[in-house]
This record gives sequence, structure tokens and C-alpha cells, in this order.
Amino acid sequence: MEQFTLSYKTSPRLQEGHPPQLCGVVASGNLEVLVEPLDSADLCLIEVNTSAPGFRLIWEAVLSDFVERNRVAGVRISINDAGATPAVVGLRLDQALDAYRSAV
Amino acid sequence: MNINRLLDRLFGSGVHSISIEENFLHGSAVIDGREVAVIGTHEHAAIDSALALAVSASIIGVIRDDLSRGSSPRPIIFMVDTQGQTLSRHEELLCLNGYFAHTAKCVDLARRHGHQTIALIHGEAVSGGFLAFGLMADRICALPEAQVRVMDLKAMSRITKIPYDRLVDLSADSPVFAPGAENYWRMGGVHEIWSDDSDWLSCLSALLVVADVRDRRAILGVERGGRQNAAPIAELVANAL
Amino acid sequence: MKNVKPASFFESSARVRVAKLVDAGSFKEFCPPQLRRTSPHLARLNAPVAFDDGVAVGSATLAGHKILIAAQEGKFNGGAVGEVHGAKLAGLLDRGVRELPRAVLLLIDSGGVRLHEANAGLIAISEVMRAVLRCQEAGVPVLALVGGACGAFGGMGIVTRLCNEIIMSEEGRLGLSGPEVIETVQGVEEFDSRDRPLVWRVTGGKVRRALGEATYLVDDDICSFRSVTAELLCRYQTKPLAPVDIDEISAEHARLTERTKRFATARDGREIFQASGFVDLDEVSLLPVAKFNQQLLESL
Repeated sequence: MEQFTLSYKTSPRLQEGHPPQLCGVVASGNLEVLVEPLDSADLCLIEVNTSAPGFRLIWEAVLSDFVERNRVAGVRISINDAGATPAVVGLRLDQALDAYRSAV
Repeated sequence: MNINRLLDRLFGSGVHSISIEENFLHGSAVIDGREVAVIGTHEHAAIDSALALAVSASIIGVIRDDLSRGSSPRPIIFMVDTQGQTLSRHEELLCLNGYFAHTAKCVDLARRHGHQTIALIHGEAVSGGFLAFGLMADRICALPEAQVRVMDLKAMSRITKIPYDRLVDLSADSPVFAPGAENYWRMGGVHEIWSDDSDWLSCLSALLVVADVRDRRAILGVERGGRQNAAPIAELVANAL
Repeated sequence: MKNVKPASFFESSARVRVAKLVDAGSFKEFCPPQLRRTSPHLARLNAPVAFDDGVAVGSATLAGHKILIAAQEGKFNGGAVGEVHGAKLAGLLDRGVRELPRAVLLLIDSGGVRLHEANAGLIAISEVMRAVLRCQEAGVPVLALVGGACGAFGGMGIVTRLCNEIIMSEEGRLGLSGPEVIETVQGVEEFDSRDRPLVWRVTGGKVRRALGEATYLVDDDICSFRSVTAELLCRYQTKPLAPVDIDEISAEHARLTERTKRFATARDGREIFQASGFVDLDEVSLLPVAKFNQQLLESL
């Protein structure tokens, strides 16, 4: 397993009060994404725990693209990954964030 | 140890009447002047539907006899020695798990009728065969030669693809996957391990003094340091607001 | 009216199964993912962990009935039971004894004990078994719903058979030792695990229903599971569960003894189907669930 945390300074802050949301399943070639509120209003914090070590640069590219596309702060995103492809990671992140935004 | 010698040492030579039919045994013994029922298996029995039914029938028989005699419910001593369930397509087709569940229900019925239940592991205690009745008892004790496991480390290494040497290293300070009665004791899954030089008859009679039908094994696992998560998590789920 | 495509129970994740089975929005989770009670044992073995350790547990309503519910995620380590996973199941059943809901629902999708923490898993399953029995003693029925890719095997196969009702789809499987285990130990002549029709005829929903092991056979959509469950919850409301007594246990004993005698040499579900009154044995696997249930009823 390889673990790292990336922190992105971004805005605007997502409206508060959403309950945490979990998307996806930890299965071969798949991942789960947990989205929760974060106290720091100007940060998007992403923690990655992956079974495929050595791909940090690719993760950084996928995650910064995700942050660029969505521009949300005040969220903490935690990932348990079992070797998903970048496409699957991007898709799951979008799904999880959508679920979080619409959850009441 | 030969089964007859074992039974003599446990219950006293010549004072028990336990019949042995192939790998199934049942009968009665006397501990401190009190009759106890003895039911179980030996020779590392693979448990199939017939054997599960034999164990179940004996338990039902004990409950019925005591009900009809109006006598106080006898304690039941389960002799556990099983290599696990029989692996066969025929047994699977019949739904062997249904037979095991039936045996477990019989043990539970005995408990609800006031019978104390004690499991003595005198050989192997493996997986499904252990679940059917051994692990259902109020008290679970391992004799010195007991081997308790789900799977040996070589097989586990093949299936999980974790190198064998690494499993051996990790099992030195974690009881959660490697075979051994001592590991089960640390996790609260075995209440007592009896040594070869202790007096087993007094061990048995000590157990019969206090009946406790609560399942406190998860708490024992915390106290003994081998299973730290089960009790607090079960508690959290059971009582969360 | 909008034509909604039925949601396959088989294809859905544990969380989707729960969301679509219970009244919309009623699920309240205990020990939720954000508490991160992951398995320390998987982590030590450098294996991936899941925030819910592969099982979601909570309370909900179903057709207005208060229930407790657990759903195993078959895609995470084959739904296998480790220390945390098992403790969540046992804790939920303990809660059942205290809260006395209409029923506890177990959506089982599991191969049994998780080998990475095999000893903890085995003990946990025995604790779950005892907790199921305590729930039932308290008058709370425990219902098993089986329709996932992992089926209900190993210790979870035993847990399933302790339940008061077993609702299965044709795709669901129920047994003790999986076909792969039997093939590995006894050889391919004993059980060819790649022969899917055979595996289905030995462990699948239809043969389990024909044997009387599954109490209901439903289509593989969550709606069908829901409507049978709702019906059962109503029934338990009208006629509360009575604790199992010695006569009921003896009757079960007689049933099982009879099965062992009747099918003394059977090795293929075709023999069970034939004994259940089906004439065209090649047709059984193709019969729609409703038709299968009807034919079974007629032959009884």
C-alpha cells in the first residue's frame, strides 16, 4: 500500500451541512471515495491509500484535474484504491462529489 | 491420546458409560456426584449431515429425557475433534450448512432449557465443524494436544498470495490468523487451556459450579489483548444513538 | 407512467441494495464509513481496507415497519467476515434484542471467514450465530436475503440457515463449502467448479427453494425482494415470532433425517427437481421464477 495526502488551495467553499457520502467499492480495479466537510474553508484535502505503489505522479495529475474542474473547497476526500485506472478514478470522484452536493 | 484413555482420565476409569460408534461418541459420566451428558466426535471427524444429525439427536434426547424425568437439566460436555466439514458435492447438494445450523439450534435450545454446555477440544477444531457445536457452548476449553484453526499458513499463503515467511513473521505477534489454541485463548475464543499435569476432573467440576450463559468472548478478547476491536465496535453499533 | 428499469439485486452494491430495499431516505447507519473503523489486520498484511470493512449496518423502515438491516459488500474481499465486519453484525443483532424492531434483515453476500484474519473471523461468526439466536429468543425474527455474486457460504451459510426466512433469487447461492474449495481438495471429478450449470443445480436459488431451504424464490430485482419482505413483516406483525421449542426442533430434525434418507446418493440438483415434481428437467433452469414457484406449489 502507498499513502499520501494532497492539499489544494481553492475556492469557493461548498455550502456546509452536507452529510458525508461514500461512493464505489474497494474491489480489484475499483476504489471507494469518501467525501466529508472540512474546517479549512479554502482547502480541498485529498488522502489516497492505494494498493498500486509508484503512481503518485499520475494521481497528482488526475486529482489536480478534478480540483480544477470542480473548484470546491471545505471538503475532505478520502480514497481507498485497489488499482483503478485514472479514468475510473476521475469518474468515481465526480460521482462522489455530486452525491455529496445533493445530499441533505 | 487414545480416546478410551482420554475419557477415563477426564471422567474417571470405569465410572462413565460412553459409547463410541466410529467417530461419534455419546453417553454419560458423573462429576461430583452429578450426572453429565457427553456428546461429540473423535479421530478428527469430518462432519457430514449424518454426523451432524447424530450429535443433534443426542442433544434433543438429553433435553427430552430430563424434561420427562422432571430432573434438573444435566450439563452437556461436547467433545470436539473435527477436521471441519465433509467436502463433497452430495453433502453440499443436501445443504450441509442447514444441518450444522440445526445442530447449533439444538445447543441453543439446551442452553435455554437450563443445560450448561461445555466444549472440550481434545483433537482438532477446524472451521465449520467447530462452528456447529463446539463454538456454540457456554465454555470452551482446549486440552494440551488441541489444534485450533481455520487454515494452515501454507494454504493461506497460496490463497492470499502473501509469502509464507512473511505470514510466519507476522503471526509471531498477532493471534488473528495463525493456527493454535493459544491464539484463540488470547482472542477470547477459547476460555481455558488445560495443561497436561493439571487434574482435569477438578477443572471440569470447577466449570460446573458457575453457570454463565452470556457470550462474553469479545470482552475476554480485549482483556487478554488478542482482540481489541470486536467488543468496542459491537458496543458502538448496539448502542449508538 | 415512467417505465423504470428494475434494479438488479445481483448487480447492485450493498449500499444501493439497502437504499432501494427500504423506505426512501429512511436508512440511518451505525458505525458509518466516516468513523474509519477499518480492519487493522488487512492493513498489517498490506491489503486494501474499506471504510465500512465491507458491511453497512443501520436502522430503517420498510413499508412503515421499523427494522434493523445489514448488507455485506460481496465485491470487497468476497464479503468475507473479519473482526470489525463480524462485530458490526453481532452488534446490530444485540441492538435487535434491546430495541425489538419488527425484524432484523441480513443481506448476505459472503464466502464466510476472511482468511487474512481467519481466527477472528471464525470467532466472530460464532458470535453472530449466538446473537441471531438471542434475537429470535427475544421474539425478533431475523430474515436473510441472498442474491449476490458471493452467495452465502462458509459460516455465513450457517448463519443464513439460522434465520427465520431465507429469501433468495435464482442467482443467489447457498451452501457450506464453495465448489472451488471442493474441487481443489477432492478433485475436478467430485465437483467441477467451472461447470456453471452444475454449480447452479447444486447450490442455486431454485434447488434451495425446491429443497425447502429457501422459503421464497424471487426475481433478481430489488423490488421483488422488497415486496416479499414487506409481506413477511406484515405477517410477523399479525403473528409475532414464538421462540423455537423442542417440538419444532424435533420436526426439523425429522425433516432433515428424511432428506438424508431420500437423497442418500444424490449428487445433482436434477434429482431434487425430479422429486419435487418437475417433469422436464432440462427446462427447470429456463423457467421464469413465477412459473417455477407455481409448479412447485402444485406438486406439493
